[in-house]
Amino acid sequence: MRRKLPLSLHLGAGLTLLLVAIALLSLLWTPYPAEQVRVVARLKPPTAAHWLGTDHFGRDVLSMIMVGARNSLAVGAAAVGLGLLAGVPLGLLAAALGRWGDEVVARLGDLVFAFPAVLTAILLTAALGAGAVNVVVALALFNAAVLARVTRGAALAVWRRPFVGAALALGRGPLSVTLVHVLPNIAGIVVVQATVLFAVAIVNEAALSYLGLGIQPPSPSWGKMLGDAQTYLFTAPLQAVFPGVAIALSVMGLTMLGDGLRDWLDPRHRSSGVM
Amino acid sequence: MLAFLLRRLASLIVTVWLASIVVFTVLQLVPGDPALLMLGVNAQPDTLAALRSQMGLDQPILTRYLHWAGGLARGDLGVSLTYARPVADLVAERLAVTLPLSLLSLVLSTMLALPLGLLAAARRGRGSDWAVLGFAQLGVSMPSFWIAILLILLFSLTLHWFPAGGFPGWSGGVGPALHALLLPALALAVPEAAILARVTRTAVLDTLGEDHIRTARAKGVGRMAVLLRHALPNALIPVATVLGLQISFLVAGAVVVENVFTLPGLGRLLYQAIGQRDLIVVQGVVVLLALFVVLVNALVDIACALADPRPKGGES
Repeated sequence: MRRKLPLSLHLGAGLTLLLVAIALLSLLWTPYPAEQVRVVARLKPPTAAHWLGTDHFGRDVLSMIMVGARNSLAVGAAAVGLGLLAGVPLGLLAAALGRWGDEVVARLGDLVFAFPAVLTAILLTAALGAGAVNVVVALALFNAAVLARVTRGAALAVWRRPFVGAALALGRGPLSVTLVHVLPNIAGIVVVQATVLFAVAIVNEAALSYLGLGIQPPSPSWGKMLGDAQTYLFTAPLQAVFPGVAIALSVMGLTMLGDGLRDWLDPRHRSSGVM
Repeated sequence: MLAFLLRRLASLIVTVWLASIVVFTVLQLVPGDPALLMLGVNAQPDTLAALRSQMGLDQPILTRYLHWAGGLARGDLGVSLTYARPVADLVAERLAVTLPLSLLSLVLSTMLALPLGLLAAARRGRGSDWAVLGFAQLGVSMPSFWIAILLILLFSLTLHWFPAGGFPGWSGGVGPALHALLLPALALAVPEAAILARVTRTAVLDTLGEDHIRTARAKGVGRMAVLLRHALPNALIPVATVLGLQISFLVAGAVVVENVFTLPGLGRLLYQAIGQRDLIVVQGVVVLLALFVVLVNALVDIACALADPRPKGGES
């Protein structure tokens, strides 16, 4: 019987697709060039010409949010992609090698978790200067540690199952067992975790850009927009609302997508999910 | 249990040692001359030479690390270039803001999360459950620094109930100091509370399905008494574990939120040190924050192990 897709999966996928669509659209079209400065039109409230108003340089806020979506997605995708590339093989290796591999991954995880991603990014910025690359490296390190741990745990459970024993008895080597039996069985768990980490990456990128350590101007970033808006909170309060809504909706979409995928793949979790 | 404690202690020491190597090594990646980076191109040669000597740049890297790590073990984090004061003194001063801020946010998040999680579990599937889950979803989606800005907008600029930033210090009394810390603590507490409320709900629901709860109900114990006396204490272990894991997010959040409210805490010190290129301060503060996270995680592990009667495995 076909299982019904959870509501959170529908909502999460819808919001995430909207985010991706806006980011892709910004490659082709924005209402105004996102970096176009028009000082005469600075700090305007929402009007028919500028749906979300203008910032302190007279730049169109909607256009900046659209390009900001692209930048956020790019940083998130790079951080999660690199995390997957490093973390999943490490976790699979730890599970296949047994005790020593396990110990190495556990200690590496402890070490990375000692440094919250924001702290790692600050450390890298102090050494190498501010920029999106350092943010991606810091977030990818954290993601790799989380994904290695999740992969290792899930892979160990698969290694204990009878069909893996049967495959080994038939003469399959550890590499073949890992690729043919273990990896397909843990892919769902890894995808769910990657989705949640994507959301965390968007929040952390925004926080670092707020501090001026992430994406550098003139390229728009939601975090930097909030940082700028704080200066003009009294005169243009709405400027501090729109980028925040964009962050919250993106994170909500991705976390609901992760929750929904988890519920769909493992219905035992349904009671604890948000939807 | 003793074997578990010894193993956890050994792992703690190894992690602390590795963390110190990471912090030290990353700051060696500074391109060119770190002393020149810190002082700028117009620095006098003798000032540059003095700083190079203070940082040990004229010595091999291993000697420098051993010297720095030895100082760290003795509580000597070097002397700040900007403030011309020992970094340990600056840290102690700033802790008077960061520590109460973190504790206040932990208290607020727990005070919000436990009743909400319990309420949601007790009324599973009803309106109040959906309301709590909605709050949880919203809370985890909103970054703490945005919540901070919205709180300033509402409570400082519109209602004028709280200051929009700054810290009067503890010398003026506990009241004004707590008044200045309440909004930042709330901004940090909301995302934490959202996560904790979800964990509490799940943990209580899991516990409610266990045999001893059914037995208690069968013996006539009231629903509320079962929730408070049986389900909640059992659910506290996963809640405490998540609370411990949240410490690292709290540290990161505090760094950003202190800057939103211009609070003179460790986060602000760190942020300003980057702008001032005071690598000695950056090095000292980052390593201390990392040690704090490692220590709290170890303490949570040990506390959970002591509270959990099941045999201890080798999993970390």
